[in-house]
Amino acid sequence: MILEPEIFKIEEVIPESTQAKSFIFRGRIDYQPGQFIMVWVPRLDEKPFSISYHGEDFFGITVALKGRFTQRLHQVKKGDSLGIRGPFGQAFNLQACSEHNESNGPTCVVGGGIGMASLAVLIERLKMSALGGSASGGPVIVQGARTESELLYRTRFKDMMLYTEDGSAGRRGLVTDPLEDMQWRHGFKALYTCGPEGMMVKVFEFARRNRIPLQASLERYIKCAIGLCGQCSCNGLRLCIDGPVVNAETLATLEDFGRFARLRNSQRVTIEEYLKGCA
Amino acid sequence: MARVDLSTELCGIRLSNPTVLASGILGTTKSLLKRVSSAGAGAVTIKSLSLDPLPGHNNPIMVGFEAGAAGTMQGGCAAGFLNAVGYSNPGVKEAVKEFKDLSDVGAPVIASVIGRGVGDFMKVVEGLWGLDFSAIELSLSCPHTPGFGMMAGQNTPEATKEIITAVRTMTRLPLFVKLSPNVPEIGRIAKAAEEAGADGITAVNTLGPGMVINIEARQPVLDFKVGGVSGPALRPIAVRCVYDIYKAVSIPIIGVGGVSTGRHAIEMLMAGASAVGIGTAVYYQGIGVFQEVCREMEEWMTANGYPSIKELVGAVHN
Repeated sequence: MILEPEIFKIEEVIPESTQAKSFIFRGRIDYQPGQFIMVWVPRLDEKPFSISYHGEDFFGITVALKGRFTQRLHQVKKGDSLGIRGPFGQAFNLQACSEHNESNGPTCVVGGGIGMASLAVLIERLKMSALGGSASGGPVIVQGARTESELLYRTRFKDMMLYTEDGSAGRRGLVTDPLEDMQWRHGFKALYTCGPEGMMVKVFEFARRNRIPLQASLERYIKCAIGLCGQCSCNGLRLCIDGPVVNAETLATLEDFGRFARLRNSQRVTIEEYLKGCA
Repeated sequence: MARVDLSTELCGIRLSNPTVLASGILGTTKSLLKRVSSAGAGAVTIKSLSLDPLPGHNNPIMVGFEAGAAGTMQGGCAAGFLNAVGYSNPGVKEAVKEFKDLSDVGAPVIASVIGRGVGDFMKVVEGLWGLDFSAIELSLSCPHTPGFGMMAGQNTPEATKEIITAVRTMTRLPLFVKLSPNVPEIGRIAKAAEEAGADGITAVNTLGPGMVINIEARQPVLDFKVGGVSGPALRPIAVRCVYDIYKAVSIPIIGVGGVSTGRHAIEMLMAGASAVGIGTAVYYQGIGVFQEVCREMEEWMTANGYPSIKELVGAVHN
C-alpha cells in the first residue's frame, strides 16, 4: 500500500455539511492521527487526505468541495472503489504534553474548516487516553468555520466550542478569540491545530506567547508522498515525510508558514495564489 | 592507517566526495539543495528547467514495484520505481529567483536543462548566465515527457551533436550530457557528445519506459501510463552503460542508476565513473544516504588498500 495504490470499496457515504462528505471504506489500515493517505481516482488524479474515521476494520476520509478532483469524489457512491496509498508522514505526538508539562490543564484542539478532518481521530484518541484530559475528561475542542453550514462533526463531538465568522452558529468570531482567557483560566497542557494557515499562524503566536507545546498539521501540494520529488518543500522541509505535522520549534524556522506555498510546477507564490491555483 | 581520500574531480570542479544528488530528486528548491549538501552530498543537481513553465503530469507520478509477493522475504521491498513527473518546473525565468544565490549551498550545484529543441536549450542556458552554477547538465534522455528527450528523438548521436554544438557556444561552464540507457550503442552517443564539445557524461537517465498496472482497477497506475524505471532494477544496466561509455570517451562520467550503498558506488567507479549519482536511494535510506554511502566507501577502501578515488575509477578496464 506504500508502493502502489490498493483498491478499497466505499461502504458508506456520510453528508457532513453543505461542503463536505465523508467516505467510509471497509478494511484495515495502520494509521496514526496526523498522517495522510493518497486517494486515487484512475484516469483523473491522486490527492492527499487525512483519515477522519478510523477503527479496527474501517477507515474514512472527509472531503470538502474545492476543485475538479473533489467534485468527482463527491459523485462517488456506496459500492464504488477508490485507490488508496499510504499512510504517510509524521503523526501528532499524543505524548507531547507530558514532555514539558507544568500545567495540569487540558489539551486543546483548534480546528478551522476542513482542517477538522485531520483532527477528528486525534480527538477520539485523546478522549480515550488519559493524556487528553483535565479532570473533566477529553480535550477542549474549538472549531471555527465561515458559517454554520460548514461546521463539521457536530453530533460526533457534542462538547465543541463553535465559532463562525458570520455568527450563524456558536459565537461570532475566530477560533483564536477565547484562547487567552481559557489559558488564563486552565493553563493548557498542549495545543493541536489544523486549518487555514492564517488561523494556524494565530494559534502559533498564542502558543509561543504562552509557552504551550504546539503541533500543527500543514498542507502543501503533494506528488510522490514518499519524500523524493521535492514538490512539497516548505523551506527545505518535505511536508510529505518530514511533516505534515510539525511542532512550534520547527514552525518558527519556516519562513513560508502562513505566507508562501508552491504550485504544482514548484513556483513559490503567496498562500492566497496557491489556494486559487489548486481549486 | 591513514584515512582514505574521498575527494574527486569533475572537469576542474572539486567534490569533497563522489556522491552527487541526481536530477529530479529533491532539487526543486535551494533549501532542499542546502539540506542535501549538509547531509554529505559531494555535489547536487537541480530539477530540470525548461524555457516555459511546465505543470507536469497528473498524479500518480510515481509508483513502486515489489521484488516478491507479500509475505515472502522480498515482499514489500521495492525492486524499483517508475516515475512520470513530466518535467514540472516553473520555467527558467522563475527559477532564477529560486537559485539566485547558491554560494551558501555548501557543495557545487549542477543545473539540469531541458528543451524542446536547440533554440530552447540555448535560451535556458542563457537564462542561467550570472548564477553560481558549477556546471550544466543537458538532459537528452527523459522517457516520459512529450516534446522532450527520448520522446523528441534527442537520444541519437546526430541530435546530441547538434544540441551540444549549439549550447557549447552559450556557456563557459563545464557541460555534461545526460544519456538514456535505451539505445543500442550508448558509447556512440557519448562519443558524439565528446566530439561536439561536451566536458562530461551523466549516465544514465531512467530506463524504459515501463508500466505498472493495478489489476483490480484494470488501469495503469501512473496517470501518464508509462514511466522511467529507477532504483535497484536499473543498477546493472547503468553499470554496463558507464562501462561502455568509459571505453568510448576520455571525458569524466557521473554514473547514475540504483546506487544505494558504498559497494554500489565503488562498482560504478570501477566501471568508469568519476562521481556517482544518487536519487531513488533517498527512498530506501533517507537523506542520510549520502553520508552512509561515503562511510561505507571509506570502510571498504581502507580494508582493501585504496587510498583515493582515482585508483578506483575505471579499475575494471585495467
